[in-house]
Amino acid sequence: MSHTTTPRRARGAGRHLHAGKFTYAVLLLFTVGSLFPLVWTAVAASRNNQRLAETPPPFWFGGDLFANLTTAWSDANMGKALFNTVFVAGTIALTTVVFATLAGYAFAKLRFRAKNALLLLVIGTMMVPPQLSVVPLFMAVAELEWTNQLQAVILPMMVNAFGVFFMRQYLVSALPTELIEAARVDGAHSLRIVWHVVFPVARPAMAVLGMLTFVLAWNEFFWPIIALTQDNPTVQVALTGLGQGYIPDESVIMAGALLGTLPLLVVFLLFGKQIVGGVMQGAVKG
Amino acid sequence: MTSSRTDPLPRARTTGPPGAAGEEPAEDGQGGAAATEVSGGARGPGPRVRRRHRWDARFSPYAFIAPFFLFFAAFGLFPLLYTGWASLHRVSLHDPTHMEWVGLHNFSRLLEDDFFWNALRNTLTIGVLSTVPQLLMALGLAHLLNYKLRGSTFFRVAMLTPYATSVAAATLVFAMLFGRDYGMVNWGLGLIGIDHVDWENGTWTSQLAVSSIVIWRWTGYNALIYLAAMQAVPHDLYESAALDGASRWQQFLHVTVPSLRPTILFTVVVSTIGATQLFGEPLLFGGSQTGGGSHQYQTLGLYLYEQGWFNFQLGRASAIAWAMFLLLIVVGLANWLIARRLNKTH
Repeated sequence: MSHTTTPRRARGAGRHLHAGKFTYAVLLLFTVGSLFPLVWTAVAASRNNQRLAETPPPFWFGGDLFANLTTAWSDANMGKALFNTVFVAGTIALTTVVFATLAGYAFAKLRFRAKNALLLLVIGTMMVPPQLSVVPLFMAVAELEWTNQLQAVILPMMVNAFGVFFMRQYLVSALPTELIEAARVDGAHSLRIVWHVVFPVARPAMAVLGMLTFVLAWNEFFWPIIALTQDNPTVQVALTGLGQGYIPDESVIMAGALLGTLPLLVVFLLFGKQIVGGVMQGAVKG
Repeated sequence: MTSSRTDPLPRARTTGPPGAAGEEPAEDGQGGAAATEVSGGARGPGPRVRRRHRWDARFSPYAFIAPFFLFFAAFGLFPLLYTGWASLHRVSLHDPTHMEWVGLHNFSRLLEDDFFWNALRNTLTIGVLSTVPQLLMALGLAHLLNYKLRGSTFFRVAMLTPYATSVAAATLVFAMLFGRDYGMVNWGLGLIGIDHVDWENGTWTSQLAVSSIVIWRWTGYNALIYLAAMQAVPHDLYESAALDGASRWQQFLHVTVPSLRPTILFTVVVSTIGATQLFGEPLLFGGSQTGGGSHQYQTLGLYLYEQGWFNFQLGRASAIAWAMFLLLIVVGLANWLIARRLNKTH
């Protein structure tokens, strides 16, 4: 590596180059662009409607945040929506992580018939758009009288192909095959091996997959707005109600958007580094 | 125990390669390890335990992948096929169990349906407007993020934040920012002397606005994926390029981009799949299933929703869903062909 630090490097040898002012300026610009709409959501949520209908638009926080949040909480059913969404996204994240780890372990370390074909099939299922299942799912939900019940949105999302692939990629390199063989030699049956060998090794990836799945499930949109109504909404359903003129007050709409986004922003603030790592890790080996 | 522990490896190796051509080792491999293990520890457990172990080793892989495939069969594959079946029927939203056979009528009707073609056209234009700038910017951003940076974690997290914002929340905010009378965008344009734009009512302007939501949410995500791939590019490639006198820009063009080709293809496929399904953004941008007063930004996903849940025609909605599926396959094939051509030229 030492030769890369010779002056020749100054001509630009990829990533070892220090960023210049221009790089920082562009990155800052994009950072502002990424964060501005979120900050402005909070600004608009802290103003009243008259102020939002003035020129220039407000750039700083006003004093109506609490009032608007309260209105959104009660009138747009945001309280119930948040509770429902935590439950739905939490359940989906948990089952996805468990099932994806089991399947990912099998694809990474075990041998069985038609393994490669089945793995290709898993990847192929990612191509199927959700629109292709809403009509039959809607019929099934109508038949079972599950409209407005949370299991209608949980069940179809309990596994996902990305998770299986993600865990497989992680376990292929992170889990030493000798460890499994040693456990087998000691007479451990497969479930014991999963519990005592695979899960402990997979834990970091499971945590990242759990967070990514939680974010995706929290934001799931198409099927929930069909299966649920404003009486028992998830956050996205409640926001759709706001957007379709359920409550015409713009500042309350922004307060609802803020309430629906804040929990995920907190997750990002706490675990942003790990989530970034997970997104990058899931991408490389694809 | 040490003997049995070392034993399986050579055994597996000797049984592995010869059978690797056929199906046998796939079945044998795991069982093989178990069998050697059993033969090594024969003094210990009795035959019943041994048999249980062999069964366990042979069938547990299937048990582990079963949940995924069962759920996929129930909530992915079956609905996919049943949607095809439903598309051959007249099905009312109010009485979905009553299906009346109409053959290909729903499809032939689509071919004469101006709104369908309009939605298809909008899906394609919004798809291009959102995907192309998004991926180009992501590539550039990844290049910048690949430098040695202070606060690199901060930049990465900040750029991934829009990804954590839901379609609904993002669209509601952008709809306000693009407001005709009091929107921030028009105010900014006014500062440089451009008159108020009626974003929502124009065809191009509304499609640009809808695309900007997609771009905002996904650029950072794609940048991180490119960044991950860039970090895997062997450093020597840059060094030899630098030795040959390549400028930074030339290195980017002739080293980085070719090395990233598989990743770029991956993001193009994922983005086009996403663009084909676009739904929430056009629904909430104007707050109606028609996608604007003259359907100017109604996408296929939105048209499906309108047909099924506002015109109560689930059969027609199913036909649109299958049309989307076909479109996806065509787009996938096009991607694949382009990738193959690119591979050949290099």
